[in-house]
Amino acid sequence: MRLRRVAQAALLCCAVFLCMGASDQETRFKDLGHRMMCVCGCSQILLECNHVGCQYSDRMRSELIAGLDRGDNDDLLLSSFVQKYGTTVIAAPTNTGFNRVAWIVPYLVLVLGIVGVISLVRLWKSRALVLPAGAVLPVKGAELVEFRDQARKDTEL
Amino acid sequence: MRYKTDSRLFAYASVIIAAVQVFFLLLLNFAARPFVGTPGIAPADGNGLNPLLQYPEMVIHPPMLYLGYVGFTVPFAFALAALIMRYPGEKWIHITRRWTMVTWGFLTCGIFLGAHWAYSVLGWGGYWGWDPVENASFMPWLTGTAFLHSVMMQEKRGMLKIWNMWLIFVTFGLCIFGTFLTRSGVVSSVHAFAQSSIGNWFVVFMALIAATCAFYFFKNKSHLRSEHKLESIASRESSFLFNNLLFVLFCFTVLWGTLFPILSEWVQGTKVTVGPPFFNKVAIPVVLLLLLLTALGPLLAWRKTSIESIKRNFTWPALGALLVGVLMMVFGVRPWVDISYFYSLMAAMLAILVALTVISEFIRGGRVISRHTGMGLPGSMLHLLHRNTRRYGGYIVHMGVALVIIGFLGSAFNQDAEKEMGYGDKMTIGPYTLVCRSYTQEDKPNYGSEWAIIDIFRGGKQIDTMFPERRFYKASQQTQTVPQIHSTVKEDFFLVKDLYMVYEGINQDTGKPIIKAHLNPMVPWIWIGWIVMIVGTVAALVPNAAPVRLTAPARVQTAPVGAD
Repeated sequence: MRLRRVAQAALLCCAVFLCMGASDQETRFKDLGHRMMCVCGCSQILLECNHVGCQYSDRMRSELIAGLDRGDNDDLLLSSFVQKYGTTVIAAPTNTGFNRVAWIVPYLVLVLGIVGVISLVRLWKSRALVLPAGAVLPVKGAELVEFRDQARKDTEL
Repeated sequence: MRYKTDSRLFAYASVIIAAVQVFFLLLLNFAARPFVGTPGIAPADGNGLNPLLQYPEMVIHPPMLYLGYVGFTVPFAFALAALIMRYPGEKWIHITRRWTMVTWGFLTCGIFLGAHWAYSVLGWGGYWGWDPVENASFMPWLTGTAFLHSVMMQEKRGMLKIWNMWLIFVTFGLCIFGTFLTRSGVVSSVHAFAQSSIGNWFVVFMALIAATCAFYFFKNKSHLRSEHKLESIASRESSFLFNNLLFVLFCFTVLWGTLFPILSEWVQGTKVTVGPPFFNKVAIPVVLLLLLLTALGPLLAWRKTSIESIKRNFTWPALGALLVGVLMMVFGVRPWVDISYFYSLMAAMLAILVALTVISEFIRGGRVISRHTGMGLPGSMLHLLHRNTRRYGGYIVHMGVALVIIGFLGSAFNQDAEKEMGYGDKMTIGPYTLVCRSYTQEDKPNYGSEWAIIDIFRGGKQIDTMFPERRFYKASQQTQTVPQIHSTVKEDFFLVKDLYMVYEGINQDTGKPIIKAHLNPMVPWIWIGWIVMIVGTVAALVPNAAPVRLTAPARVQTAPVGAD
């Protein structure tokens, strides 16, 4: 019982610790600023654009700070930027509609690829020569030279 | 003089190379003539070179990439020639192996020089932005790396003949595709230095290449039949299969991300941005898996590896990697706080695992030679490298990759600060205090500049003075920052950092300069790792030394006791 309470308290502490980090304004500014692009055409992440005389990045950063000061949540802030600057302001495809395809396809191909390679390995393994236990085939002449060559290639040392 | 022994193969390959050359000559003479004058009145002294390109590395970065792209024509031409003429055996691979490695080396140099240029010139504190043109150079590098590994399967086991053929076709196709992306303007890129309307020419050429390759492949497919037999999943063959899967998947992911904005616009009518957050999220797990295979692969034998052998060879490197992970957590890396910390921790452990397996392979092989020859261990390891340059040169390249990854993972711990700094003003970043000693202006024939003099202190002791600068180029009427970088190699060698400083401009209200500072941990390891990769590539190109001939000690003939 006591152990359970200690575990619960530890869990609560962790949750509080993580939540404290999440609500920190500077952390949110950095996170959101890295999820948006500068729209001046430099193709840089908003917080990484330092082009001298950039007409956009300073203004966008100020707008982001103002939104955070107002207490807007992340979704509201991002959608207000999309409304103002267009969909290209978001640095990565959103997890909605057709944009989901962008995220799904690489992982799907990875899974299919792994399944494919494993199937291939199994198929090739099943083709391996199976000899009855204890059977020995005599190796002579050119075949012996070939095996020697193979052994040299395999060991390489 | 090799062409004398394989004159027909060389003749076919030469025709294919000449065909590629004809395409580019047509392009230069009819579509994109380089010596055509620009419309309008030209300035007396010309427009001047783009300020971004006025940097020494820019003299060698484009030729390196060029050699990387162009060089893949040779293995492609030999592969296609071998397919067309049903050339027996793996000789085309032997002939083109050095070409492929040299080309791969040039492409590696080109990519890293570009990254170093971006870091030293662009002033955003990073070296890779997943820009479409950067991706264009990275994709053939990935498939080329897969090819360098998978040809070993064909050479040693006669496997993957079709795969290798298509891998080099795709690599060459991606080189052409990269040129198309750079020059056609089909995707927006910061590398739009030389856009023109030659995209259609490239589309036709790529279609021709694909049609030619497909035609001869289906015509002569039977020639590429190989005996696919695998004795165990715990074998070098399996590791190469997974390695190739991951490299090709990585390449597909980069291609997918690069072209998704076009696809999105076509499907839903609106363009989306696919920037670094997408690539980092999708690519990092693949890189981690590749690192794991890089560590495991060399420990696996061809055909079959016993569990005992894996345990014996893997235990110490794995313990070393675990120790590094524990130390990182003890010194404050909390993988549960942020996913980037988790990835960094994993990347560090796997990179150390790769490095330790490479070291253990050298030591193990060196000991064997030392035992048989009586040489010291360092000399034996050098001899080992010389005995099988391809294998051990490859391991040095793996070591370089591990160092590069260690350099990349530092980005999770980057810090930055920005401040308006008048005379004597201070700014703190990490353990460093920056003090503005002065700021001034200067006029030169090519540009006018504003710059600050910033003293760097650590622990109350001055360690350097930096001069971040902003230039205004007169001919092109463009402004350019010139970042200053101080690498802390002397202060902390293993956990080296870059103090990266940018002069952002002058606040018109106060007249004081605005200075931005980044503290980028581990970045110098990227450049060190790159050099190690090139050293490994060069080592792998050196011909093997003749094997040491061991002579059995002569038996002493002794006369039997009592004999006359």
